[in-house]
Amino acid sequence: MTGDPLYLDGVDLTDLGIMLIKVLVAFTFLLVATMFMVWFERKLISDMQNRIGPNVAGPWGLLQTFADGVKFFFKEDLRPENADPLVFRLAPYISAVTAFLSFAVVPIGGSFGGGDSGTVTIFGRETFLQVADPPVGILLLLAMSSIAVYGVMLAGWASGSKYPLIGSVRASAQAISYEAALGMATVVVVVLAGTLSTHGIVAAQSGGITRWFLISSGIVPFLVFLIAATAELNRPPFDLVEAEQELVGGFHTEYSSIRFALFFLAEFMNVITMSAIMVTLFFGGPAGPILFGMTWFWPTVWFLLKVLAFLFVFVWFRATLPRLRYDQLMHLGWKLLIPLILFWLMFISLKELRAAYDWNWLVTYGAAIVALAVGTALLLAALRAGDRVYQEELEDA
Amino acid sequence: MGYLAGFKVTFKKLFEERVTTEYPKEKRPKPPRFHGRHVLNRYEDGMEKCIGCELCAGVCPARCIYVRGADNSETDPVSPGERYGYVYEINYLRCIHCDLCVEACPTEAITESKLFEFSFSNRADAIYTKDELVVGDDGLPQRQPWELWHEGDDLATSGWMRATAPSGNPDYENRAGWSGELGYGVRAPEMGQHDRQEQEKSDSTAEADGHSGASH
Repeated sequence: MTGDPLYLDGVDLTDLGIMLIKVLVAFTFLLVATMFMVWFERKLISDMQNRIGPNVAGPWGLLQTFADGVKFFFKEDLRPENADPLVFRLAPYISAVTAFLSFAVVPIGGSFGGGDSGTVTIFGRETFLQVADPPVGILLLLAMSSIAVYGVMLAGWASGSKYPLIGSVRASAQAISYEAALGMATVVVVVLAGTLSTHGIVAAQSGGITRWFLISSGIVPFLVFLIAATAELNRPPFDLVEAEQELVGGFHTEYSSIRFALFFLAEFMNVITMSAIMVTLFFGGPAGPILFGMTWFWPTVWFLLKVLAFLFVFVWFRATLPRLRYDQLMHLGWKLLIPLILFWLMFISLKELRAAYDWNWLVTYGAAIVALAVGTALLLAALRAGDRVYQEELEDA
Repeated sequence: MGYLAGFKVTFKKLFEERVTTEYPKEKRPKPPRFHGRHVLNRYEDGMEKCIGCELCAGVCPARCIYVRGADNSETDPVSPGERYGYVYEINYLRCIHCDLCVEACPTEAITESKLFEFSFSNRADAIYTKDELVVGDDGLPQRQPWELWHEGDDLATSGWMRATAPSGNPDYENRAGWSGELGYGVRAPEMGQHDRQEQEKSDSTAEADGHSGASH
């Protein structure tokens, strides 16, 4: 049963029960974690700004998010007159559902390596600590983050108002630009792991820190992924989508009540999911030392700690970096990240191919360097040509 | 590396002291010349200082003071003079707390305390009558039901008198007139003020030093 994600042997009640439990646990975990994340972000950002932050609702203000959520429920649900009724109502659900779905393929525990294959035994069945392990797991993640753009795009378009429209146009342009870098950084990992399944990727990283793809892929894909993920999440310094100084609230300006809460929820859920994906792709997922007993317990703890570290990093970004200008954003994405990760992908692929087919390393890396030089020259020429056109336009104007 | 320096700054902030004052729970000390709500003072014997001259009402730029004087009865006088404030009302919806009434008052009857948390919920409460303004027998302001007081707030309610000189000269100092807490008189100089006697003393010593310095 273990490696049978499609249930080819048929489904019985136990399978169904296990599935239900896993879905429920993942759903609750994500909701609670989102509540905690909102509190964590507010508290940490206030600490970084010499403030106190929420401290009234519950101990250390822990229940502040809960209080805000309850308040949202009782607010009037406004819909602008110009809004498209169906799409306006649909958009928040697209955002929220995709945020929930992408977490389903993340393995949140299980001991890998040393003969273990990351399974736990529930009701006499061996199963993974993830809701689903489709053979195309990583593709599902990318697909979900693409569909999430529709939520933002449709919300802005259906609001029938100018600021949301501008915000959503920015969002789609930004997401498409950075999806390329994000996808290629993921492809580097896929090339190294030789599988698209998230479980397989974690299994390929088992056996010590040096096996983590962070190191064996040479840090650059991770950095590109981190930057692209920040842009994909519309978080500072890439939060042009909801730049409040220019666009009021961006795509969710016209939203209120529980629909706004859904966007808010989706946003923070995506932050957690993205952190979890980074841990899965580059930091060995739940890998870590089993200190004593309870082999199923420690991997989950390590996983959560790693995710927490990334949540901290995202808040740290927000506290430190000022928002990028729109042209700077596009410059960074298209002229820096995409060429960089393209070269890196080529390099890693060549390295893997050389190892697999036993090619001559001098010829292989020589070809790589030649390709790199030609590519760089072409890119620089293109940049210069672009600059010249831009300068001419400036002079004409 | 310029980009990474910012991350160090924000990380260091995590361990710094917070600058926030959690206002309703803790309050910052107020400056000595704070302009809060008014009180009508009394002498130690319980006599009211107000003589009903209406100078405060006349000087008020917001026209928020209404005074009507009346003759004291010979057997049971309210104030030591000929007349007393029979009606005294301040409308706090209009008052701008400029302190001009305090400077205009010839008997230091009206001063501004350091109480500022009085958010009334209807217009009638906004108009403080004489009964509400006048200090109690202990010389402390009376608390109104809608006023938020913290422990010790009423103890720090004495007002500075005459920030400027009686003649309106802003450079006038040395005699910080003081009223409230049933006291009246000259108070020890505070921040930015000089004590006249000490000033003269230090001036003379400085002169002496100057002479001795020149002789060498």
